Amino acid sequence: MADTAKNAQPSAADGQTRRDFLLQAASTVGVVGTGIALWPFVHSMNPAADTLALSTTDVDLSAIKPGQAITVVWRGSPVFVRSRTAEEIASAQAVNLSELRDPQADAIRVKNPQWLIVVGICTHLGCVPLGQKPTDPRGEWGGWFCPCHGSQYDTSGRIRKGPAPKNLAVPAYQFTSDTTVRIG
Amino acid sequence: MSGFKSNNTVVNWVEDRLPVFSMLRHSAIEYPTPKNLNYWWNFGSLAAVTLVIMIVTGLFLAMSYTPHSALAFDSVERIMRDVNYGWLLRYLHSNGASMFFILVYIHIFRGLYYGSYKAPRELLWFIGIAIYLAMMATGFLGYVLPWGQMSFWGATVITNLFSAFPLIGDSIVTLLWGGFSVDNPTLNRFFALHFLLPFVIVGLVALHVWALHSVKSNNPLGIDMNGPQDAIPFHPYYTIKDLFGIGVFLMVYMAFVFWAPNFFGEADNYIPANPMLTPPHIVPEWYYLPFYAILRAFTVDLWFIPAKLLGVVAMFGAILILFALPWLDSSKVRSATFRPLYRQFFWLFVLNAFVLGYCGAKPTTDLLVTVSQVATAYYFAHFLIVLPWLSRKEKTLALPASISAPVVKAIAIGAMLLIGATGFSGTAQANTATHELLKPEGGFSWTGVFGRYDRASLKRGWQVYHEVCANCHGLKLVAFRNLAAVGLTPEEIKAIAAEKEVQDGPNDEGAMFQRPARPSDRMLSPYANDKVAASIHGGAVPPDLSLITKARVNGPNYVYSLLLGYPDVLPEDAAIPEGKMYNTYFPGYAIGMPQQVFEDAVSYADGTKATKEQIAKDVVTFLNWAAEPELEARKSLGVKVMVFLALLTALLFALKRQIWKDVH
Repeated sequence: MADTAKNAQPSAADGQTRRDFLLQAASTVGVVGTGIALWPFVHSMNPAADTLALSTTDVDLSAIKPGQAITVVWRGSPVFVRSRTAEEIASAQAVNLSELRDPQADAIRVKNPQWLIVVGICTHLGCVPLGQKPTDPRGEWGGWFCPCHGSQYDTSGRIRKGPAPKNLAVPAYQFTSDTTVRIG
Repeated sequence: MSGFKSNNTVVNWVEDRLPVFSMLRHSAIEYPTPKNLNYWWNFGSLAAVTLVIMIVTGLFLAMSYTPHSALAFDSVERIMRDVNYGWLLRYLHSNGASMFFILVYIHIFRGLYYGSYKAPRELLWFIGIAIYLAMMATGFLGYVLPWGQMSFWGATVITNLFSAFPLIGDSIVTLLWGGFSVDNPTLNRFFALHFLLPFVIVGLVALHVWALHSVKSNNPLGIDMNGPQDAIPFHPYYTIKDLFGIGVFLMVYMAFVFWAPNFFGEADNYIPANPMLTPPHIVPEWYYLPFYAILRAFTVDLWFIPAKLLGVVAMFGAILILFALPWLDSSKVRSATFRPLYRQFFWLFVLNAFVLGYCGAKPTTDLLVTVSQVATAYYFAHFLIVLPWLSRKEKTLALPASISAPVVKAIAIGAMLLIGATGFSGTAQANTATHELLKPEGGFSWTGVFGRYDRASLKRGWQVYHEVCANCHGLKLVAFRNLAAVGLTPEEIKAIAAEKEVQDGPNDEGAMFQRPARPSDRMLSPYANDKVAASIHGGAVPPDLSLITKARVNGPNYVYSLLLGYPDVLPEDAAIPEGKMYNTYFPGYAIGMPQQVFEDAVSYADGTKATKEQIAKDVVTFLNWAAEPELEARKSLGVKVMVFLALLTALLFALKRQIWKDVH
């Protein structure tokens, strides 16, 4: 290719073209390569293989009585497991969805109406809401109350008042038996 | 700096308030550089590039490393196995350290050859020595962090150097340790200092470059630039030449990272630190070996001065004497090109440094101690006798009138790299057995540039480990989930994991309990702890096998030989204690493990005939996978990186020729 060009043009101009071409080619290759080389560094900050492998938690439900709740650790975060009373289930199901900031029927947030399982992290800025212990404030809707900025959740873990934008998240889970559940 | 004007108003606005652009133009673009610099002048910029690579890789490694004596070793192995591209970061960092020293040694010897330390460059030289000292400290501190056997005993030996000083020595050592031996406080502070020092080096490098730009570069002729006809602007001439050099250097560097990542390391450092047991032969990292030889050369007290103190003083003195060099060598001629005698003594000095390095690498023998003593004497004689004498007596050749005139012959750049790389590597061989190791027929499938694990052999090897080895040996760095790479399905992995019980808890009553293992659990030793294992096995603990092929010199062949090394007829002079077995390849011949590999010891699921050799080869394949699960990803990424670097370097070379064609 260079030879053909050489025959066609005077040599000074050819040198200039050749130099420009080489400069652009080398710069392009160098910049692309440097960009690709950054990826391993960035990716090293993503969760490692062992972290990803620890993504399930088994919970024994047999000791939790209606009205009680426990907090379990799943991927380093608290998960609220609440055994709801009949009244709590009824009030969660009776809500008119149009009143909700993040409209979701109770039925799609639970697999078994008795058990509400939600990630215990306020969707505002990540605090853990109060309401797991009987002595905790639970807010006007009897669910959870976040002490950081006053968000209030109902008995289905849905946002009802305060600055949080979303309902408490429902993690993936499945019942492995009548009294055990695997989260994740 | 005045008179800078750009067409860009933003540039001008910044320039008026902080003259960065004129400074950049002054020192990185227009900076007048001798036009005759050869490739030996590339090594300064190469070292700077390596420093940046070391800081960046080190920063990201630090994000996954745990500086605690109980956790450090496993956290490094987690980086190797679980952190995304962690193996790449770690091998870039560990090999980068060796590359950094190779480059800096060449840079220093270049300075010695061409007299770059002479007036007016004395301060430039001093700052360079300070950088070198800071590098040595950083390298030592970093080598301690993986907390393997060499880390621990290297730290012990080097810190004990300070105990040689009379009166205050022991207090200094206790202060360095933060305790009564090298332990967790030591590791903590070494990590803190290892993080700090590279930034000190960056500061020193800035001073080094500043000093360089004040006095201008030396050159192969060692004469000053007479005027503009001798100089060319740094950019584009030396920027492109440096970039081309970087391309070549990266190819050498990456060849080690991807295909021989443990070439500069020691097998013993894949054994976790054990304060109760010193390895049979310990050595520092290769870049300290000449000084280590000087330290060991002093074996006799001199009057009231103990040999120990003499060795330490000589070792530090060997570096500090470089500060006096500008005055010890008072010859007015800088470059060895015009000093025929100095040139010969220079190469003798280089050779002597290699001899010292060799002596430092080997276990002490009477002969080597004598050689070390002679070489140490010559090292100091070079500075204290030869150079002052040469300065007065040598008849130097006539210097050329100007740089523009003569032609300087360049020496092949790779030669020294090669010597440096091969000279001191793989040094700490415990000299295990005199018998040559056995090799499997056809060799192991994973060696070579494109080598991969033979899947069928890997799966058979897992079967051997599972049915035979696992009865006594753990594989604690490998999780059941990792067996997917061996070719097991998720269901098989779940079933295999569930065969084992692991402790979990506490449960709601606060008690610990046993539960079946899950795929995320690791393959722990069958024994609750080492004491139990030792009591069952007559005092010998069956080692964990996760890293066994990396933790022994020539590991795969060693383990293969060991498994087959039980002779039917014992040698007549074999004196084996009660409860031990004779093994041809085990250091000392007396091994706790009875022969395990027999014809048909396993019944292979795939129908392969289970000969002894087949079983040994398969299980070594599996164990090497356990030790280097990243091997296939490493080699395949390496091929891509090399193809890319070859293309880039070729382009840079062509561009360099274009840019330089009018100068030559």
